[in-house]
Amino acid sequence: MPIIKTTDLRKAFGSLVAVSGLNLRVDEGEIFGLLGPNGAGKTTALLTLTTLIKPTSGTATINGFDIVREPGKVRQSIGIVFQDPSSDDTLTGYENLKVHGMLYGMPKKTREVRIREVLDLVELTNRKDDLVKKYSGGMRRRLEIARGLMHFPKVLFLDEPTLGLDPQSRDKIWEYVENLSTERRISVVLTTHYMEEADRLCGRLAIIDAGKVCALDTPANLKRVIGGDIVRLKIDEPHLEEIARLEFVRKIERKDGIVALTVINASERLPLLLQLIGKVDSVEVRSPTLDDVFLHFTGKAIREGSPEGGWAERMMHARK
Amino acid sequence: MNDLNGILAIWYREAKVFSREKSRIVASIVNPVLWLFVFGAGLGGRVAIPGASYQAFIYPGILGQAVLFSSIFFGVYIVWDRKIDFLKEVLVAPVSRTSIFVGKILGGATDSLIQVSILLLVGLVLGGMGVIPGLHLNALSLFLSLLILSLTTVAFVSLGLIIGSLMESPEGFQLISSFVVFPIFFLSGALFPISGLPAWLAPLTFLDPLTYAIDALRHVVLGASQFRVAFDVGILGAFTALVICAGTLAFDRMKV
Repeated sequence: MPIIKTTDLRKAFGSLVAVSGLNLRVDEGEIFGLLGPNGAGKTTALLTLTTLIKPTSGTATINGFDIVREPGKVRQSIGIVFQDPSSDDTLTGYENLKVHGMLYGMPKKTREVRIREVLDLVELTNRKDDLVKKYSGGMRRRLEIARGLMHFPKVLFLDEPTLGLDPQSRDKIWEYVENLSTERRISVVLTTHYMEEADRLCGRLAIIDAGKVCALDTPANLKRVIGGDIVRLKIDEPHLEEIARLEFVRKIERKDGIVALTVINASERLPLLLQLIGKVDSVEVRSPTLDDVFLHFTGKAIREGSPEGGWAERMMHARK
Repeated sequence: MNDLNGILAIWYREAKVFSREKSRIVASIVNPVLWLFVFGAGLGGRVAIPGASYQAFIYPGILGQAVLFSSIFFGVYIVWDRKIDFLKEVLVAPVSRTSIFVGKILGGATDSLIQVSILLLVGLVLGGMGVIPGLHLNALSLFLSLLILSLTTVAFVSLGLIIGSLMESPEGFQLISSFVVFPIFFLSGALFPISGLPAWLAPLTFLDPLTYAIDALRHVVLGASQFRVAFDVGILGAFTALVICAGTLAFDRMKV
């Protein structure tokens, strides 16, 4: 039985459709990624699944409970790390976890044992009595992951878990997330617009654009859709007629003096290619990345690190 | 949904935050004391209130004022919680909105009652020393005052939280809450007998819930009041029930 199952989940704000007919299944222990640019509807999907906003139509079940009819049971089954820090920085790390344990109805004994466990997991034990305002961004994110895990959730939702973090903190968080899935069989649903993150962590990946799933598969399979390696050539006078006739060249694109070929088994075919083309200024051969996949499915490049600007996210943050 | 846990969790958190803001406690004590001595003594020399000194007359008024201001001001913390996104953490927990509201009321009421307890002790000591002529507090009047003030703070914390749940910025909250606080304060008879107001204003004072709180306090502290205490407490209780219901609704509709 899937741990999450959505059925035609749809969320509109007035005439703006943020999530349009989402049908997803997430299995136990799986790391599932929602990949898309800012404003694609990832955060809205997440807030709907976590019962913070009600879907306009359709529904979803999490751990067997309906998000519309049984929000209390859904909430008990999930942990969430929001995109923006949501811990109370006037409390200590320990106190934040204590409040969380109380909110989730954990008996005192279990709570105290669990606080020690999760602090240990995210390596914050020696900082537990410091006020959160003295934590770095990475430490705060780690505390919030610990908090999300406090009440033994079946699913952990992570909204852009490494946004704005330095590479070292990012690696740490990736490590924790991988361990959760492999050692503890907790399902993880994460949204990201970092290709590297999606590639490294996710078992399966849904590419989302304008509130719709354009593609859904393992990162490896998604890359296989490209059907070969990418060969980029810089040529002054391209004569590509002959190249186009070769059966191992899948696709030819020309832009600003650069020719991008999608070639099956490029490293073996490269000498023949170069022979046919003649004089080239430079050659680059690489395996397809999720960037190429994203471009393939949505017809546009994902802009990494672009400022928050999607209307759906603006909507969610309009109050601040 | 485990409601008692939610209430206790929110209450614990508010109490922790309050215990770290010592300057707020000090400020909330200093202002009423200034009112009592600077305003009370300055005006008291020229104003004659039958049966008591002017300072003793406004002492219950100042208690009411302190509770009014700190209680309504507490509503800003819900705006603040939203701003720091802590509200999301609370709203996504498996507790009802009502229990969050009740936890917040208890947190705000705790703040106010700690402040007002200090003011009651100030009154007990200074009244006993004869610094405030005509003010004689004892165990019973302290206890009854605290009961009346508890009801008052629950009512006004609820009102503050309703305003807070509707506002998006702390600045907006300040603006709107001062529109609410000052009329309630001036029309309550905290600083003068309401019988002295022009006839057209009188109906407004009867609409002001603080009027009844202060009238009841005057009865308990000075033994003189305009209405019967049971009437005062009845009106105050009805108002409290009304704002709690309204607050529950407001929290249910509150957006993330």
